[in-house]
Amino acid sequence: MTILGLLIPVSLLLGAIGLAAFLWSLRSNQYDDLEGDAARILFDEADKPRD
Amino acid sequence: MRDAAGQTGADIAPVTRSGGCCPTGLAAQLAAERMTEAGAGRWVRPATQDAVALDLMVPAIRCAACMSAIETGLTNLPGVASARVNLSMRRVRVLFDPASASADAVIARLRALGYEAQPFDAKAMADIDRDTVGRDLLARLGVAGFAMMNVMLLSVAVWSGADAATRDLMHWISGLIALPAIAFAGVPFFRSAILSLRSGRVNMDVPISLAVLLAVGVSLYETAHSGEHAYFDAGISLVFFLLVGRYLDHRTRAVARSAAAELTALSARAATVILPEGGRAAVAIDDLATGALVEVLPGERIPADGVLEWGQSDLDRSMVTGETNPEPVAAGAAVHAGMLNISGPLRIRVSATGEATLLAEIARMIEAAELGKTRYDRWADKASRQYVWGVHVMSCVAFGGWMWATGGDVYRSVMIAAAVLIITCPCALGLAVPAVHAAASGRLFRRGIFLKDGAVLEQLAEVQMVVFDKTGTLTVGQPGLIAAPSDDDPAWPLAAALAEASRHPLAKALAEAARLRGITPAKIDTATEIPGAGVEGRSGAITLRLGRADWVGAGSADTTAVWLRAGDAEPVKFAFADELREDAAETVDWLKSRGLRVAMFSGDAEGPVARAAAATGIEDTRARMSPADKLAALEDLARNGVKVLMVGDGINDAPSLAAAHASMSPVAASDVSRAAAGLVFTGHRLAPVRFAIETAGAARARALENFAFSALYNIVAVPVALFGFVTPLIAALSMSGSSIVVTLNALRIRGFRP
Repeated sequence: MTILGLLIPVSLLLGAIGLAAFLWSLRSNQYDDLEGDAARILFDEADKPRD
Repeated sequence: MRDAAGQTGADIAPVTRSGGCCPTGLAAQLAAERMTEAGAGRWVRPATQDAVALDLMVPAIRCAACMSAIETGLTNLPGVASARVNLSMRRVRVLFDPASASADAVIARLRALGYEAQPFDAKAMADIDRDTVGRDLLARLGVAGFAMMNVMLLSVAVWSGADAATRDLMHWISGLIALPAIAFAGVPFFRSAILSLRSGRVNMDVPISLAVLLAVGVSLYETAHSGEHAYFDAGISLVFFLLVGRYLDHRTRAVARSAAAELTALSARAATVILPEGGRAAVAIDDLATGALVEVLPGERIPADGVLEWGQSDLDRSMVTGETNPEPVAAGAAVHAGMLNISGPLRIRVSATGEATLLAEIARMIEAAELGKTRYDRWADKASRQYVWGVHVMSCVAFGGWMWATGGDVYRSVMIAAAVLIITCPCALGLAVPAVHAAASGRLFRRGIFLKDGAVLEQLAEVQMVVFDKTGTLTVGQPGLIAAPSDDDPAWPLAAALAEASRHPLAKALAEAARLRGITPAKIDTATEIPGAGVEGRSGAITLRLGRADWVGAGSADTTAVWLRAGDAEPVKFAFADELREDAAETVDWLKSRGLRVAMFSGDAEGPVARAAAATGIEDTRARMSPADKLAALEDLARNGVKVLMVGDGINDAPSLAAAHASMSPVAASDVSRAAAGLVFTGHRLAPVRFAIETAGAARARALENFAFSALYNIVAVPVALFGFVTPLIAALSMSGSSIVVTLNALRIRGFRP
């Protein structure tokens, strides 16, 4: 059972990274135009990140 | 100020309307009309050092092709630094260099691409757009989701049989994750519960907060005493699912509010005042003083009630009275705010402002109508009021019952009371209605129908009768040609050439009809608009006149026709009528087939009303109704218990829109009407009325199913909890299971086919 001492922190860390990524994306306005971003993948030229 | 069409020339072919994806609808026409009322330049605001920003509403953006066409089209314009489309909001933000491009040029380019654009006040919208409440909820949702996943992971170990020290370790870690997460994510519920208790009421958040706190408290006690049952997972998933419901509810409202605010942002207007010492100044309409002299150019709306001091023109009164025929006016005539000046420049002495205008009178009627309406009891409120008491009584019974049965075992009784609270907690109920409203309003939004809030859907589902206004609602509010000489008649090219020189609605309709027939306007030497009469022109030695019958010299008093006379030739007649929306009759038929009563209340004369009634098949019609008459008729219906959907667009309809059980308004309607209506629809068809009623019906069905499911769930789960069989595993499963079922059921609306 000592492996738990490693696995639990690892799983928590991974979860925390996911949470941090979500909060970052929320703060950098990535949820403002969900429909538009879904359509943008169809463009040939517009593959640069937004400025 | 320039005429909107004048910027690009009238000869730019409009992009096909049958394109399916990107039609230029009434919203676009509205935008074009508004353009003449406010110069686009004043909406530009500084953005960076060498660029300014302009925010535009472009209602016709529907798809990826539109986005790419607009973005590349605008970026190719000299001076434009960047253009970015927001497809969800149907907006474009353009950054350009003010030295080499202008707001008008940007709008002209968009129009040439086939999109009508309307600048709006981005600053006024900023608060709504930033949506701090929504972001706050989303952040809490993220934290709750993270915590729930991790706690569940640890719980799986406990459920699969971890015991002794391992179980305690899992419980402790779960608690360490769940406690701070609940303290952060549960704040919206705790806050609302405290507020409600302070004001002496009990709302849905009280049992929610109680259940969460009790679950956490009991679990802590259990963990500290190496107990078997810890409900950390149930507590955090409760918060998570309820936050989902809260967020969906917020989203529906935010989208509705932003649509409403956009419509208001459209109406920011100024009047041109001629100063006594000479010169002109733009004054906000609210700041106009009695006695001011206001200039109203052709194509503008009259800003305030007053007396015509100088000038001659025709006025379109359809927004104010519902009458379709333009009225010729000359000095001395009384005019009202909201009338559209058609042919000649006018100067008006403002006789009434603020409280004394017709508009203010209408506003008072709207207010009275809204006060008179009983507050609408939302489905969720009705359900939760009964629910809240049930939950508390149930857990008290559980506690008391087990105290008695076990002979005073407080620990056992508290555990079971907590289990009852957790299991009955209105997870499914909290999601049942918000999820339905979010799905239904999203479906409506995609079809260009905007609603004020979720309650509108509930009201719409209950209507028994539909009352239509005529002008601008059943009809397009614009004249269409009904009788004319044959296409190869020599009168056509001449008439087309003259008609293009005028802004009169009949002339515009004539020019449009000529274009549709493929007639090339004749080359003529001059064309001058004679306000109140028509257009006079010369072609070589021949004098041409296009206009009113008596002015042209045709012996007829019919005001819905335009006559053309070339030299001494016999006058030729072009007759017009306000066309019905193309699917008006079809929509009325459908409403009747659904068992709804249909009526038409109009301010227009008996003749046109009877014609429209015959064409649409509406039997119950009333003509020449004043705004007060309409309001009284609707209040009468309401007293008799008839729930009415009012569909109208004019200023004269606004009080009845406010009084009706549910109301809809086309986007081209007057500002007051759009503000008073519960739903606003775009496009030039009436089909949205049908679509909205169907969607509201489907939403009602889904909400009732969700309630039924929640009730069933409680019937099964409550006895299990009461008898003490609920383990943390059962609590977690039932909670997530019921929430997911109601959400999926709500999403069925998206693919609903009547």
